[in-house]
Amino acid sequence: MPNARTLVEKVWAEHVVVPETAAAPAVLYIDLHLIHEVTTPQAFALLRERGLPVRRPDLTLATMDHSTPTTPVTSLRDIDVVSESAANQIRQMVRNCRDFGIDLLGFGSEQRGIVHVIGPELGASQPGKTIVCGDSHTSTHGAFGALAFGIGTTEVGHVLATQCLLQREPRSLAVNVSGHLPAGVTAKDLILAIIREIGVDGGTGHVIEYRGEAVRALDMEARMTICNMSIEAGARAGLIGPDDTTIEYLAGRPRVPQGVAWDAAVSRWRGLRSDEDAEFDRSVAIDASQLQPMVTFGTNPGMVVGIDEPVPDLSDASFRKALEYMQVTPGKPMSENPVDVVFVGSCTNGRLSDLQQAADILRGRTIADGVRMLVVPGSQQVKQRAEELGLHRIFTGAGAEWRESGCSMCLGMNGDTVASGQLSVSTSNRNFEGRQGIGARTVLASPATAAASAVMGRVADPRGLK
Amino acid sequence: MDALISLQSRTVVLPTRDIDTDQIIPARFLTTTSREGLGDALFHDLRYDQDGAVRAEFPLNDPATRDCEILVAGNNFGCGSSREHAPWALVDYGFRAVISTEFADIFRNNALKNGLLPIVVDADTHDWLIAHPGAELGINVEASSLELPDGRIIEYPIDAFARYCLTRGIDQLGYLQQQSAAVATFEETRSWKP
Ligand code: SF4
Repeated sequence: MPNARTLVEKVWAEHVVVPETAAAPAVLYIDLHLIHEVTTPQAFALLRERGLPVRRPDLTLATMDHSTPTTPVTSLRDIDVVSESAANQIRQMVRNCRDFGIDLLGFGSEQRGIVHVIGPELGASQPGKTIVCGDSHTSTHGAFGALAFGIGTTEVGHVLATQCLLQREPRSLAVNVSGHLPAGVTAKDLILAIIREIGVDGGTGHVIEYRGEAVRALDMEARMTICNMSIEAGARAGLIGPDDTTIEYLAGRPRVPQGVAWDAAVSRWRGLRSDEDAEFDRSVAIDASQLQPMVTFGTNPGMVVGIDEPVPDLSDASFRKALEYMQVTPGKPMSENPVDVVFVGSCTNGRLSDLQQAADILRGRTIADGVRMLVVPGSQQVKQRAEELGLHRIFTGAGAEWRESGCSMCLGMNGDTVASGQLSVSTSNRNFEGRQGIGARTVLASPATAAASAVMGRVADPRGLK
Repeated sequence: MDALISLQSRTVVLPTRDIDTDQIIPARFLTTTSREGLGDALFHDLRYDQDGAVRAEFPLNDPATRDCEILVAGNNFGCGSSREHAPWALVDYGFRAVISTEFADIFRNNALKNGLLPIVVDADTHDWLIAHPGAELGINVEASSLELPDGRIIEYPIDAFARYCLTRGIDQLGYLQQQSAAVATFEETRSWKP
C-alpha cells in the first residue's frame, strides 16, 4: 500500500495549517495547551508587552504543580513556599490566568495536580489531538494516541498568541515490545529497559510509537508511564495507538465530548492507528518476557541495570564521573546500596495504580529505621481516591509521609529535597546530578521497587516481598 | 533578539557528554519570572561547591575564559527538561554559540529562539576542539561555516528558517501572526473541533 501512513503522520497531517517547505517549517495547529507556573511568566509578559490576547483560552488549561508546597494550602494568603520568588511566581500565575481568561485549576480546586496527571484524568487528553506544554514530559499524553510534546517558553508565547507552532515533521521510531511482562515487573521497568536499549540520545529528532502485544496488554496508567519517559530517550514524543482500553478509560470523564459527539469521536478514534504497511524511519525490538525489575545506577536515565545484575564497568571519563558521583561500585549489584530516602510520586508514577503497587508491598510492614519515605499523589483526585481506599493509612502506618499533590521531590524546587550525599530511590524520571537536591544521589525505579527498598533499607527486589 | 551574523572568539571547553539542563541551571533558580540575570546561576553547582566556594578546576572559573563567547561541550548537550532558562542563562553569561556533536531537540529550538547558535560538528572536528581549549574560531552564520585556527573551513547543518531569523534578529511570533487568516480558515473548516 503506497499510501500507508504511521499514526504520527496521520495526526500531523490533520493539523497542518500551512505546509512545510525547505525555507520554512509548517504552521501546526495545537488542540490543547497545558500551562503551569514555572514556564509561563515570561510568555505572558511578552503578550502584555505587545498588547496581545490569548487566542483560544478555551483550549488552554492551567494548573500549579512545580513550585507548590505539598503541605495543605487552603488560601493563597498562607502559601508556605520555599522562597518569596516562588510565592511571586504562584501569584503571577493566578493573575495571568484571570487577566487572560484562562481556566486555572489552582489551590482550592479539587482538580489541581501535576499537569500530566490532570490532563488525562479530566479527559482533556484525547486521541488524535496535538497537545503541548512548556514541559518536556508532555509526551505522557501520547498514551492516548495524541501527538504531545514539550516546548520552551518562547513557544508557549507563540501558542498563547496564535494557537500554532512552527514545526518540522518529526521522524518516526517504532519500539516493538513482544511477549508479556513477568509477574512483579512493571511498565516502569519496561521503559527503563527501553531507554537502556535506545540510549539517552537515541530518540533525538524522532517520535516513538510503542507497539506490540506487551504494550496492548498495559492499562492506561501504565501506558502513561511508558510515554512519559520518551524524552529520557531523547525523543520529541512517544505515543500508543488508541484501542478499547483507551476509550474505556476516557468514557464519562468531565472534558470528553458528550452524547452524539462522543459517538462521533469514538468512531474517529478507532481509525487512528498506523497502517499495516506503514514505514517507520527506524525500529527497535524488545522482548518483555526477559525483563526483571530495573534500576538506574548512574546520573542519566540510560544507565540502567536489572536488580540482580552487576553495575557495568567502562573506562569512559563521563561514565567514571557518574559512578563516582553515585558512589556505586562496578561489578556489584545495586542491591548492596543502603537507602536514605524513598520518593513515590511524579508524573511518571504518581497515579492511583502506582500508589496501589507501593501499598501492596507496604501493607502490614514498616519502613526500615533511618529511611525517610515521602508519598506524593499526582493530583488531588488521586489523593482523594487513595484515601477512599485507605491507602494513606497503609503509608502512614508503615512510617511514610502522605502529602498533597505536586511535583515535589521529582525536581526539588518546592522545598522537598534530598540532602547532599543521601541515596534516594525514586519513582520519578530523572537521576541527573543534583536533580533532587544538591549532591543528592538518585536511583530510578518502579513504585514496587521503591517500596521494597524502603522496607529493606537498601535497594531491593520487590519480588522477594510479595 | 539580537541578530547574529558572525562571531570571532576563543572557546571554553566542557568535555562531559550528556550535560543536562539541570546542570546548566538547577531547578531552584527557576522561580524567577524574568529572563534576565540568569548568568549567575549558569552551571551553578559545577562552578561552586556546597559552601558557595569557587571550584577552581571548573573551566568557566578560569578568568582567562571570561570573555569566551563559544562553548564546546560533549555529545548530547542540553538533554532533559524544556526549561528555556538554560539558553537564557548561557546568553546572559555571554555565550553566543555552543558546539557539540548533538543537541537535544528542545534545547536546540530554545537556543535558536534566543540568538544562541547550536553548531553540530563531526566527531573528528569535535575531538580536535575538545583537545584545544581556547582555540580562536571564526563563525560565519550566513554561510553556516566555522573557521578553525589553521584556516580549515567546516560547514555545519542548520535549518534555513532558523538561520534566516538568526541573521536578521527576527522573532518568529511576528511570522506566525501573519498567518492568522489561514489559522482562522483552518479553525472553521476542519472536520472536528477539539
Ligand atoms: S513530576 Fe517531575 S517530571 Fe513531572 S512535570 Fe513535575 S517536575 Fe516535571
